Amino acid sequence: MNDRNGARKMGTASFPSAIVATGVRKSYGDHVVLDGIDLHVPAGTIFSLLGPNGAGKTTTVQILSTLIGADSGEIHIAGHDLARDPDAVRTSIGVTGQFSAVDNLLTGEENLLLMADLHHLERREGRRRTAELLERFDLVEAAKRTPATYSGGMRRRLDLAMTLVGDPRVIFLDEPTTGLDPRTRRTMWQAIRDLVAGGVTIFLTTQYLEEADQLADRIALLDHGKLVAEGTADELKRLIPGGHVSLRFADPAGLDMAARTFPGSTRDDDALTLQIPGDGGVRSLRAMLNHLDSAAIDVEELSVHTPDLDDVFLALTGRPSEKEKESVR
Amino acid sequence: MTTITYAVRDSRTMLRRNLRHMMRYPSLTLMLVGIPIVFLLLFVYVFGGTLGAGLGGASSGPAGGRAEYANYVAPAILLMTVAGAVQGTAISVSMDMTEGIIDRFRTMAISRASVLTGHVVGSMIQTLASTAVVTGVALLVGFRPTAGLPEWIATIGVLAMVALALSWLSVAFGLVAKSPETASNLPMFLVLLPFLGSGFVPTDSMPAALRWFAEYQPFTPIIETLRGLLLGTPIGGSAVLAVAWSAGIALLSYLWARGLFNRVRVR
Repeated sequence: MNDRNGARKMGTASFPSAIVATGVRKSYGDHVVLDGIDLHVPAGTIFSLLGPNGAGKTTTVQILSTLIGADSGEIHIAGHDLARDPDAVRTSIGVTGQFSAVDNLLTGEENLLLMADLHHLERREGRRRTAELLERFDLVEAAKRTPATYSGGMRRRLDLAMTLVGDPRVIFLDEPTTGLDPRTRRTMWQAIRDLVAGGVTIFLTTQYLEEADQLADRIALLDHGKLVAEGTADELKRLIPGGHVSLRFADPAGLDMAARTFPGSTRDDDALTLQIPGDGGVRSLRAMLNHLDSAAIDVEELSVHTPDLDDVFLALTGRPSEKEKESVR
Repeated sequence: MTTITYAVRDSRTMLRRNLRHMMRYPSLTLMLVGIPIVFLLLFVYVFGGTLGAGLGGASSGPAGGRAEYANYVAPAILLMTVAGAVQGTAISVSMDMTEGIIDRFRTMAISRASVLTGHVVGSMIQTLASTAVVTGVALLVGFRPTAGLPEWIATIGVLAMVALALSWLSVAFGLVAKSPETASNLPMFLVLLPFLGSGFVPTDSMPAALRWFAEYQPFTPIIETLRGLLLGTPIGGSAVLAVAWSAGIALLSYLWARGLFNRVRVR
């Protein structure tokens, strides 16, 4: 993971940014959807915009993909000014929206050939590209059928394949796995990782923290039209308290002694565990173990708990994430 | 390649897409051809004898009246075929707009007008094919046009011109409608307009207010022009009016449709 990131950063240093947006605002009447957001996405990386429903994720994608205009702000995609030359932006991007964007009356193959024609590919090149994408997205069997007969996962794959016909440098994926079962979701994730390996930039919106965590180089949290935090998954997790080391003891005596050694810790007498706040880093862990050694306390079990993005989301917005809300329902 | 060649190429691609839709789901097309045929049979065989006698022509008796009425009503049925066929265009445009693929088109570097142009040209092909079928049936049930080759060519020209105007109008209807159901209802009045003109009975048999409307509504000069071309009745100023109405409707509808399409709907 680290190696891959390192290599990617080195590789991008010589390339311009894929997406640069400053002060993007959009409102419908009195309702402010985007309240001045700034984005910077280096070429060849995956950037994830994470937020609950209604945070403004789809509106952001619609603006960046030239579908609707922003009220104010400046946007450059793949080096082109979006306001001045939207068609140049359109030649560089591909969009797979939250809503299926396939032609339901055409077969899978015809859908891809339609894209090839609209990208003005030569007939032979269009056929070659179509065959290649059908193969790559495991749609060869389904090529001669209309999407009406497809499963949800197949539709998404066709949708993504159609986006790739024009060989876009920047791809927008608006909630690409919403409504998919876990196995299909993982297939999509792999497809997305493969794309980035090929050098494209991906702007991904999701309401699933795990998805952002799994895929994104950088994550921005969007809430009520504002970016409330931005960074790598690890950086975001470090933003908030909630990390601790949990110690389990063989008997109450050990727990008593440890609790006295570490003031500020939380004890659980039933489970014989003690929670000591801390970031779980090697240095603080070593200091803690030294304390335990010098006090001659025996520890049965030690575990490090780092906060996950759910904790981050809760801490920054004061509300549980979508995932937690869903599991409550 | 220049912008224009790209625009033409994109329109051709969109046309192929629309024709493929029509061929894959022919039921709509069949229904659109079927309705004017039903009206034709109804008016020739059920009402034809009586209405024909009322035309006050040379031939007498129910049989003669029916033959005369078949000639009288055929141009109106042809116009009705055009008006009915574009209803299908409104439906398919509206269905298109509810699909995500239109948003995909909007984010691609293609000529925006091509989406609509593809619909219009597809609609015209469908409409002219339908009128050919309906003309064939009319000939079978006693329609006896006196037109020579130049008149036939002019007839096709008039039908194409009207089809162009009504296709743009129904594209606009398809865009303005919130659902395909509404879209199929909006152009309904087009099918009724021939009745409120000189299509089925001469206007001088109507009460004053209705007659006034019938004489000034756009379909009357179009029907009179078709009738003149096919049967040799006097055309007079009808041809100019028919061209003017068609051009006006086409232009306004085109501008309306273009405005509607550029105003993106947000879900």
